[in-house]
Amino acid sequence: MTLVARPPRAGGRTGSSTDEIEEVQSRGVRARLLRYTLLALVVVAILATTREITGADELTRSGTFGAALRLAVPIGLTGMGAIYCERAGVVNIGLEGMMIFGTWFGGWAGWQYGAWWGIGLGILGGAAGGLLHALATVTFGVNHIVSGVAINILAPGVARYLSVISFSPGSGGGASQSPPIRNVIGRVNLPFVAGGDLFGWRSPDMFGWLERKRWFMLSDVGGLLRGITGEISWAAILAIALVPLSFWFLWRTSFGLRLRSAGENPAAAESLGVSVYLVKYVGTVISGAFAGFAGAFLVTEFAGIYQEGQTGGRGFIGLATLIFGNWRPVGVAAGAALFGFADALQLRNDASVHAMLLAVAMGVGLLAAVAVFRRNLGMALATSIIAAGFLVWFLMSDTVPRQFVFFTPHLTTLLVLGLSRRRLRMPTADGLVYRKGEAT
Amino acid sequence: MNVWSRRLRRFAIGLLGPVVAIGFALALSAVILKISGHDPWQAFRAMYDYGKTRASIISMLNRSIPYYITGLAVAIGFKMNLFNIGVEGQYRLAAVIAAWAGAAVKFPAPIHVLFIIAVAAAVGASLGGITAILKVTRNVHEVITSIMLNTISTGLAAYLLAAHFAQKNKPGDLIIKTKEIPESGWFPSLNGLLSRIGIELPIGSNLQGFIVVAVLLGVAYYFLVWRTRFGYDLRASGINPFAAEASGVDPNRMVVTTLLLSGGVAGLAGLSQVLGFFHRYTIDFPTGLGFTGIGIALLGRNHPVGIAFGSLLFAFLERSAQVLDLEGVPKEIVVIMQGVMILSIVIAYEVVHRLVEIQERKAVVEATHEAPPGMEVAAA
Repeated sequence: MTLVARPPRAGGRTGSSTDEIEEVQSRGVRARLLRYTLLALVVVAILATTREITGADELTRSGTFGAALRLAVPIGLTGMGAIYCERAGVVNIGLEGMMIFGTWFGGWAGWQYGAWWGIGLGILGGAAGGLLHALATVTFGVNHIVSGVAINILAPGVARYLSVISFSPGSGGGASQSPPIRNVIGRVNLPFVAGGDLFGWRSPDMFGWLERKRWFMLSDVGGLLRGITGEISWAAILAIALVPLSFWFLWRTSFGLRLRSAGENPAAAESLGVSVYLVKYVGTVISGAFAGFAGAFLVTEFAGIYQEGQTGGRGFIGLATLIFGNWRPVGVAAGAALFGFADALQLRNDASVHAMLLAVAMGVGLLAAVAVFRRNLGMALATSIIAAGFLVWFLMSDTVPRQFVFFTPHLTTLLVLGLSRRRLRMPTADGLVYRKGEAT
Repeated sequence: MNVWSRRLRRFAIGLLGPVVAIGFALALSAVILKISGHDPWQAFRAMYDYGKTRASIISMLNRSIPYYITGLAVAIGFKMNLFNIGVEGQYRLAAVIAAWAGAAVKFPAPIHVLFIIAVAAAVGASLGGITAILKVTRNVHEVITSIMLNTISTGLAAYLLAAHFAQKNKPGDLIIKTKEIPESGWFPSLNGLLSRIGIELPIGSNLQGFIVVAVLLGVAYYFLVWRTRFGYDLRASGINPFAAEASGVDPNRMVVTTLLLSGGVAGLAGLSQVLGFFHRYTIDFPTGLGFTGIGIALLGRNHPVGIAFGSLLFAFLERSAQVLDLEGVPKEIVVIMQGVMILSIVIAYEVVHRLVEIQERKAVVEATHEAPPGMEVAAA
């Protein structure tokens, strides 16, 4: 147990006024946002170059980015939910199971009452899974990973049993799927940027126009922005709005501070009057609700029905984005975008997946250049070898096997964790069982 | 209290957890069945009657083999507080590569079988090794690595099977599978042995010989963990890594060795099917054994005998569930029962553990109060 307080992040300015702290905080946020914007521009530049060289136009089409966004939402939601519980000190491997609850209740309510009801009940179903996890880990002090694994085993069984008793043979559903849901959630083009309607007036489609111009870089950025602003579902808009909302809730409200303190030093938090058990419960239930939303989103936005195995390990990928994004909302969103993009390419066409080999070679090559610049020879050597490997693979082959694309996100995560110079820091008391009054 | 009565007491307390959990799981499933309009008593009765037939018992033993092996693999890690969630990927990749390698060579019978076992263990161990290396050199948590490796190895297994290992099928045969392993690489069944001791098996029943390997693994696990220096270091590192390190145990070496062992054992989990039933790898190969293995290790408290009971129980539930469809009861109730069992067992252990703690504290207080004054000084 660490008794020594950690020095504050912003260079040891303890005892300063709250204004000053807030200023330092928002400067940190601004710096991070700037870094992410720069990173996004570098990624688009790499993609644009790859597109020019290989002629794989799909790579930066608005359609690809649109699909990437839709695929990123469930992953991002799960990762965002995981922030709530891990920041409160509860590790949640059970997200996959909670997502399965979300798909089942989403499918059932969507069939019975309609798509928005599906989302609502999916959220409740996931939250119930979260409650179970909180009961086991917080009240009974069970090992967090053990409880999560048990929930992952329990959830498919419950879903299948519920299917058998709820979807009678005549309804079009069965043991492994629900009947189709009643309706779909509306979609919208944002005004001005993607040609949406504004009070009945059809606004210009700026990004669409830019995309069609076929200018290097500019049109690629146009494709990106048109993709994420056009034909976008209200459910996706709600999900995206949860990113800044979560940031505000966790880092700008006193409840958020209490929640995070329970994940850093629960004994100290308790001594200051924070009800650690309560915030852990809240965090875990919210994480389940997010995972349930993600599951219901898969039902309403993709299949239109509940299907067994629909989650396809997305709960685990969500967990990967959490680590990837260093337990922070914007980082999680960036990770989800990356994985969503990989998924979208795989669904759309093989040529662009093959072109991605070149993009990866360039990206890792860039890392190698940075390493040389920083005189980090070991890293430079490792990244150069990887970059060369991808380049050779690109030159020697015509296609990438489907099965490889399927595990790209997982491999990327391992590579990032293995290679990254960035120090990832999880909440100090994350995963530790906390019992009231037993501080050492 | 003498040593034996203390042991008996500890044994009884240890048994309390599983009994409570299994009882709770049965009660909850009864409630669920009742709510969905079925007669729980009748369902359980039918399961029991079907489960005690000779064919069912043989099937139960066969089903329990992979569960037992995955349970052992997980337990080795648990003994040192390492969580090998990667068993799922380890046994699948190991099974497909071992089946392919076994079909590609030809050796005399015992060597052929040993070769296949060695290949499977090597594949499982190397996946465990990746997890270990990332943990000790880059401090990446083994749970994250093994979750990622699960998907990667499942994908890799699918790719290898589809693109490189699949045999050319006759037209109309759509099942993707590796070439058949020659007969010298099959593991003999125990039917001959059983009939010699007077047990006749129903037609179509085969007791897989690989059960002998599973039992041997269990014995080896017991000796390794409780009767060797390595096992002592392993348990010590699990209970208090700092104390273990202070007494000269190299934690990194322990992590690497443990994960290599765990992965190697996990690699064998699919072999009872490869060597004794399919004689090849097909896309019908059972999945999810690794995750069930985690539950079974928990159920059996990482003890070889406990794990044996856990795997037999799960195998019994799965086999006897088959009769439920005839009774008009959804057999999926068994999966719920298993899930509830795992969750309630961990809760029950924790509750029992706390009760014992409270009792021990009371005992200490009483003992120190009753002690004569001279003893207190001596103790201080």
